Amino acid sequence: MTAVLDVRNLDTRFATPDGEVHAVNDVSFHIDEGESVGIVGESGSGKTQIFLSIMGLLARNGRAGGEVHYRDKQLLGLPRRELNKFRGVTLSMIFQDPMTSLNPYLRISRQMTEVLVEHKGFDEAAARKRSIALLDRVGIPSAGQRFDLYPHEFSGGMRQRVMIAMALLCEPDLLIADEPTTALDVTIQAQILELLADLKRDFGTAIILITHDLGVVAGLCDRVMVMYAGRVVEKGPVRDIFYRPQHPYTLGLLNSMPRIDAQGASELAAIPGQPPNLQNLPQGCAYRDRCPYAFERCRVDDPALRPLDPAQWGAAREKACHLERLEGRRQEAPTLNGGVLA
Amino acid sequence: MSESLLSVRDLKVHFEVRVGGLFAGRYLPLKAVDGVSFELKAGETLGIVGESGCGKSTLGRAILRLIEPTGGRCVWLGEELSSLNAQAMRAKRQDMQIIFQDPLASLNPRMTVGEIIAEPLRTFAPGIGRDGMKARVKELMAKVGLLPQMINRYPHEFSGGQCQRIGIARAMVLDPKLIVCDEPVSALDVSIRAQIVNLLMRLQQEFGLSLLFISHDLSVVRHISHRIMVLYLGRVMEIADRESIYLHPRHPYTQALISAVPVPDPDKERAKRRLVLQGDLPSPLAPPSGCVFRTRCPKATGLCAEEIPVLEEDGTGNRHRVACHHWRE
Repeated sequence: MTAVLDVRNLDTRFATPDGEVHAVNDVSFHIDEGESVGIVGESGSGKTQIFLSIMGLLARNGRAGGEVHYRDKQLLGLPRRELNKFRGVTLSMIFQDPMTSLNPYLRISRQMTEVLVEHKGFDEAAARKRSIALLDRVGIPSAGQRFDLYPHEFSGGMRQRVMIAMALLCEPDLLIADEPTTALDVTIQAQILELLADLKRDFGTAIILITHDLGVVAGLCDRVMVMYAGRVVEKGPVRDIFYRPQHPYTLGLLNSMPRIDAQGASELAAIPGQPPNLQNLPQGCAYRDRCPYAFERCRVDDPALRPLDPAQWGAAREKACHLERLEGRRQEAPTLNGGVLA
Repeated sequence: MSESLLSVRDLKVHFEVRVGGLFAGRYLPLKAVDGVSFELKAGETLGIVGESGCGKSTLGRAILRLIEPTGGRCVWLGEELSSLNAQAMRAKRQDMQIIFQDPLASLNPRMTVGEIIAEPLRTFAPGIGRDGMKARVKELMAKVGLLPQMINRYPHEFSGGQCQRIGIARAMVLDPKLIVCDEPVSALDVSIRAQIVNLLMRLQQEFGLSLLFISHDLSVVRHISHRIMVLYLGRVMEIADRESIYLHPRHPYTQALISAVPVPDPDKERAKRRLVLQGDLPSPLAPPSGCVFRTRCPKATGLCAEEIPVLEEDGTGNRHRVACHHWRE
């Protein structure tokens, strides 16, 4: 397997009137061809800023440092002209709100064909044909007739399909999906997730899924990276993260979610407190004030991300926690049998 | 749990919506809520689920008459609410409060937290005096998990979860019997969501509150509700006790909704057979004839286009009611 994207020691900071905000802190990861990786975290955890840094889309007061390799090419710091050879061509990104990512003044046809004419040198007719074929592929009914409509004439789920079709126009190696279903209803979410799974299977597109919803990750991703306060706190294969979490935050997230397949407990195991202010992080571990396992060392030392013993934890497990071994268990959901969930 | 606190009968909210050109436009009825009936008992939580546009928020507001219903009845402790004039209705609202989805937007940014929580007291209990109000506000703040010394702060100084706590304190300050919760945790992060759900459940037990819990998140609704009502395009598809509806969903729409919710368990999620509905919600301005769900329903037949299915008992004696011609199949 070769890595499509290899990120090393990515650091993103924003200069604000109240001082510097360290949004992404020494983040390293890679994604192989045809793989799907889930990036999980709450708002402010830095999960989106990683990819805005990579795509050169940071706000003006942001600066990114470190290395980002797309195959053999270092992307970080490339001038815009150079970066445009990758953006939307081999690396595509889709966002949470498709309405704000589409130009409301331009017909879908114009927005789609432009990409092919610009990047691939298609003529207008060929670009139209290919665009319509893709809209058809992502499940837009009577795509040919709808091709010349404006974005507002589509429903939310349809707009997200249009976005995905646009992202796929140049057959990217890597699709970065930032909360692609958060704004959608649950039955529409199911359709979009199914579409993403199809793309991965049929085209071998590598997919990065950025989300706060662990359920979405469980179904689609091979590996998971959990973020907290701009740091990676845990990494590993999806089953290991869900069944044997080793960072207290991962465990806390899993236990605090009400589950549709479980008997309603009297009380959810909520994580106390709230995420820290990035401008004013506590000394030591950023999670320590909310962590039931915190001890002396957590107050002084910021834990570095370290590999876990492969003999015990399997391959490619890493966590940033001083705790040698997390004994806390994932709350066993009393499983319901029968019904449509069986 | 015997007497009904609230009894809603055939409630309708139809809006007139102007469609078409600037001069040649005409008005079409938009049936946001179309003949909804249910009972709510004291101390009970009724979860109202459905996708956007199903009328769940309109229903919540129509019960409080924040939007005037265009038909049907709401009987509150034996008294018909729609017959009350504005003044009498306002007095009734002491007992029925609402909390909203966007915690910050529902708080006046120019009032302190103390003023916000005391506002209902100023309207309904001005007699208790300044000190009495302040004491009551602090009591409530402690109850919902806010530090009472923050009483003079402004909403923007609080996080989303804390703002929702302020909204809950404001709703609780008059000791209401019913709180309509309109997507109260949808805007909150996962770790904060659980805190607010726990708070609502604790308050309910302590004060014997009834909750109408409106949400599109089926996992949260499953956790918090005693009974659950599923809406689609303004109509009730199914209503039943929590366990009954999740274990034995009768309506194809409920089945699809439940199976569409991703489960945070990789093996289960991948093994699950998912009923993926085709297409989108039809326009509420031109709802399908007969059963409104038929255009997306895997079981739909000719009968469904002709006849509106009635909400009927499923015969198990579990107060489980379903509106589908084909639920037995």
